[in-house]
Amino acid sequence: MKSEMAILPPNPEKATLEGKNKVLGFWLFLGGEMVLFGSLFATFIALRHGTAGGPKAQELFSLPMVALATFILLTSSLTSVLAILGMHRQNVGVLRGWLWITVLLGVAFLGLEVYEFTEYVNEGHTISSSAFGSAFYTLVGFHGGHVLAGVTWITLLIAQSYKKGLTVITAPKFYLASLYWHFVDLVWVFIFTVVYLIGKVGT
Amino acid sequence: MSGWKKASRLLPLFGAVILALTGCGDPYLSALDPKGPVAEAQLSLVMLSFYIMVGVFVVVMVIFTYVLIKFRKRPGQNGVPKQVEGNHKLEIIWTVIPILLLLILAVPTVITTFHLSEKKTGDDVLKVKVTAHQFWWEFEYPDLGLATGQDLYIPTGKRIEFELTSADVIHSFWVPALAGKTDTNPGQTNHMWMQADQPGVYKGKCAELCGPSHALMDFKVVAVTPFDFKSWADKMKAAVNRQPTTATAQQGAQVFQQNCIGCHAIAGKGGKLGPNLTAFGDRDKVAGILEFKKENIQRWIKSPQEVKPGNKMPSFGGKLSDQDISNLADYLQTLKVIK
Amino acid sequence: MVGHGHVSHSPKRYTGLMDWLTTVDHKKIGILYLIAGGFFFLIGGLEAILIRVQLMYPENHIFVGATFNELTTMHGTTMIFLAAMPVIFALMNAIVPLQIGARDVAFPFLNALGFWLFFMGGVLLNSSWFLGGAPDAGWTAYPPLSSSFSGHGVDFYVLGLQIAGVGTWIGGINFLVTIINMRAPGMTFMRLPLFTWTAFVTSAMVLFAFPAITVSLVLLMFDRLFHANFFNPASGGNEVIWEHLFWIFGHPEVYILILPCFGIISEIVTIFSKKRLFGYSAMVFATVLIGFLGFMVWAHHMFTVGMGPVANAIFGVATMLIAIPTGIKIFNWLFTMWGGHIRFTTAMLYAVGFIPTFVIGGMTGVMLAVPAADLQYHDTYFVIAHFHYVIVGGMAFGLFGGLYLWWPKMFGRMLNESLGKWNFWFFFIGFHLTFFPQHFLGLMGMPRRVFTYLPGQGFELGNFLSSIGAFLMGVATVILIINIVVTNALPKNAPADPWDGRTLEWAIPSPAPEYNFAQTPLVRGLDALWTEKMAGKKEMTPAEPLGSIHMPSASIMPLIMAIGLFIAGFGFMYHLIPVIVLGLGITVVCMFIRSLYDDHGWHIEPDEIENNRKGVKA
Repeated sequence: MKSEMAILPPNPEKATLEGKNKVLGFWLFLGGEMVLFGSLFATFIALRHGTAGGPKAQELFSLPMVALATFILLTSSLTSVLAILGMHRQNVGVLRGWLWITVLLGVAFLGLEVYEFTEYVNEGHTISSSAFGSAFYTLVGFHGGHVLAGVTWITLLIAQSYKKGLTVITAPKFYLASLYWHFVDLVWVFIFTVVYLIGKVGT
Repeated sequence: MSGWKKASRLLPLFGAVILALTGCGDPYLSALDPKGPVAEAQLSLVMLSFYIMVGVFVVVMVIFTYVLIKFRKRPGQNGVPKQVEGNHKLEIIWTVIPILLLLILAVPTVITTFHLSEKKTGDDVLKVKVTAHQFWWEFEYPDLGLATGQDLYIPTGKRIEFELTSADVIHSFWVPALAGKTDTNPGQTNHMWMQADQPGVYKGKCAELCGPSHALMDFKVVAVTPFDFKSWADKMKAAVNRQPTTATAQQGAQVFQQNCIGCHAIAGKGGKLGPNLTAFGDRDKVAGILEFKKENIQRWIKSPQEVKPGNKMPSFGGKLSDQDISNLADYLQTLKVIK
Repeated sequence: MVGHGHVSHSPKRYTGLMDWLTTVDHKKIGILYLIAGGFFFLIGGLEAILIRVQLMYPENHIFVGATFNELTTMHGTTMIFLAAMPVIFALMNAIVPLQIGARDVAFPFLNALGFWLFFMGGVLLNSSWFLGGAPDAGWTAYPPLSSSFSGHGVDFYVLGLQIAGVGTWIGGINFLVTIINMRAPGMTFMRLPLFTWTAFVTSAMVLFAFPAITVSLVLLMFDRLFHANFFNPASGGNEVIWEHLFWIFGHPEVYILILPCFGIISEIVTIFSKKRLFGYSAMVFATVLIGFLGFMVWAHHMFTVGMGPVANAIFGVATMLIAIPTGIKIFNWLFTMWGGHIRFTTAMLYAVGFIPTFVIGGMTGVMLAVPAADLQYHDTYFVIAHFHYVIVGGMAFGLFGGLYLWWPKMFGRMLNESLGKWNFWFFFIGFHLTFFPQHFLGLMGMPRRVFTYLPGQGFELGNFLSSIGAFLMGVATVILIINIVVTNALPKNAPADPWDGRTLEWAIPSPAPEYNFAQTPLVRGLDALWTEKMAGKKEMTPAEPLGSIHMPSASIMPLIMAIGLFIAGFGFMYHLIPVIVLGLGITVVCMFIRSLYDDHGWHIEPDEIENNRKGVKA
């Protein structure tokens, strides 16, 4: 495996035409995802006061818990960077280690989100309680779905890395997963601001 | 090209069709025959944009025809025509001239758009609240305390300020001869205004797909002189004291009290789920589309779904006897304030 | 192309039906798109004819109420999403890689997945006819009519379009990457044929527009299936959000449809005038500008919604601006023909018929951009006339022209020109007879989507003519089908370059071999093949020696993944959680397998290529 790694070019994710295509295609994919989340954000902003007598944002949200979730997710963004740095140093062990931590942080985030949603449902805030509820669960839930997909994907890649190691075929996969993870984190920063912070301020 | 000869033979026919198409049109319906300032302003924009565009079309067609005739490949014509990369002067011309034409169009467009959306209040306007339902129209005059269904009475020469909303799905309120349309959105209120210059019965239509009977959601705007309007409003208010005179109508009134009043109001009494029937006898259509006669009233009461599929009125065919329905129809026909 | 140290696997080649179900070859996928799109076009066309049968006379009682609404809804939805889009993708698949000198698209597997998703989505949508009624809330599906006041049919609309939309979106990404990364040496952006340029801009628009409809469909789906309240004003919802999201997608969609046809017209006009495109860079600029402006004007579909004069005026004037780049294109086509040797083949007839027709559609477009006047046109037959002039007179003319042009390259056979001309004239005359009177009907007060009209309102003549025209267009379509059948019975003997073409696709045999180019060509100018012809050569200069060519493996997985989502779609509609899990499970497991087992592809060796070449020359 070591000898095979030694022949890897400096940017193994873009070493082949397939790799280049994947990286470019994935950036475009993220461009489309931006419109997707943009539309969801616009919908949320338009409907966030449509509580129709149900619970309001100020009453529901607990900032410390959300801040913790934000901290976890941002840290996982950092760990995924460290993983790609490991990949560029052609060290599959470092890559794998940091990806494992990224996945764990992602799972922790999801756990917090599930807990949070359960609390809200107990307080009468559901997808059908009001337009605000519908928009909240759709936006935050779509993000949560992305986190879940990311966690699953990265886990699958880690599993592959044990068998295939780091090659010009696997390198683009790790790279794309890391790009995806950054994107998901970035969306969360907006959710934290638009949904939770502004919701808490109540303007 | 035999094709071109074929096409040119069709031209006179085409011209005749255009004439026939533009010549027709119901004078109380067509947007091409405006009867008030709003529709006039809109038609003048239609015509301005149309003339500008016809100018463009003629230029294109002249070049087009010339090119197709002149540069056809002739028999035995070989070789390669000159490969032209472009021509900056020409390209600038056909960029700048359209910009100028659009400026000519844009200025009146913006002015009229703002002008038509001005709101006015005060004594010289009449306020009307429009609520669209599947598949009928409710009109309320908040300042007069009156309500009608399907027929909207307005005085000529007076600006009517509308507030529009919907009770169920999105509809669109359109009286082509008087003004363009405005959507009625459930949960929201829109504004528009119109004015009729001459008395007449103008046809109105729903212009947004609203369900199975969207096509049948016609209504009328009855424009009368201010004097007649005042007298109409007075009679509407006095309708409380109206009593049926014939025996069948009196029995029909009882049927109405027992079966219909939950949804339909007459002279301020009754529900609002169905059209207000205070001036039902003045209408010239039953349910907006059937000819106004007793058989059609009975038909409607018996099986409204056959006439307007998907509407909310229950069928009374099995619930009321034919005699009751006949009496009810007699009673409804007496509900006049004008005729 | 393949990474170092990989063993090439033995060729995986299927035959017969299995070949079509597993193909990842862009040319075959193009043909699949054409067959599927053509099939849905016939369904949509039949629906159109039934609509015109009902409206031929006042107070007809053939298709009334909800049935009529099902016909109009399905006609619009089918034609836009299931006929126009796939036929465009058919031509893009068949031609774009050839025009840029590529052996393949960037993502052959995803390309196949895109097709199957579109196809299964279309089947799901149309299965509604047999499962309790088709959607009836209009192709625009405005809530609350579509959310709380319509039957089960709208669920088919939501899920069918969702699945088909994802397929189209994947296709868009594939073409963007293909055009950016896979151009042959020397094929700079400013040497791209116009069709490829328009395919590029259209793909970019697909990329950014389709997520908006994905979200709108998700919201509608949640309202319908999970009792969410996005469009329910009583619970704080707002139905106008749908209109915005729908048109943020819907307006770009119009340009997604028309731009590739502008490209096709540019190709046809240059070939059959024997001239290079007049003002190539202006054409490219206009294409990009139209694509950009297409995203800025969505609210001109909403002048009656009550957005207020400021928004209406801004969106109105912005819309007028689109006339400028469009005008540039029209004049550039006219001046491409100027001084040329014009040959009136069927393809050219369609291009020539396109110009006045599209100009009329553009004229009414500018008229519609005037908000105050639009209050009269909106949702009337005037609008129907306008967008059919643009979509049929513009797009369908372009697509038909493109099919006559590229049929030999796709199938190796030339369509019959005499039948082609009959096809054109019936279609052209039928089209104008159908839609020209509708301008007047609209202004005379006939709203769209009405299943009948009372006599005595002046609507009789226009509607009657319109129905006759629709029947003529039906006849034209039958002639086209006959032409295809007749052509198909003849031997496959189309020459490589039947029209004296200018671009790379005419440099290779008809139909194109599996690997497109035996040797990647070296591009030395705009109109790559024409450049070589003018230099006195018969074929392209190769940019590489003859060598073994790497090919992607065929796979059944795209089809299975699409079937998985198709099954899940039914699960969502009927609230069957096990079915949802099963369907999504199938798709996800396929994704896992695809990730775990790398596709090393296979190789076509030089001797096979040489044999093919000799076969062609002999």
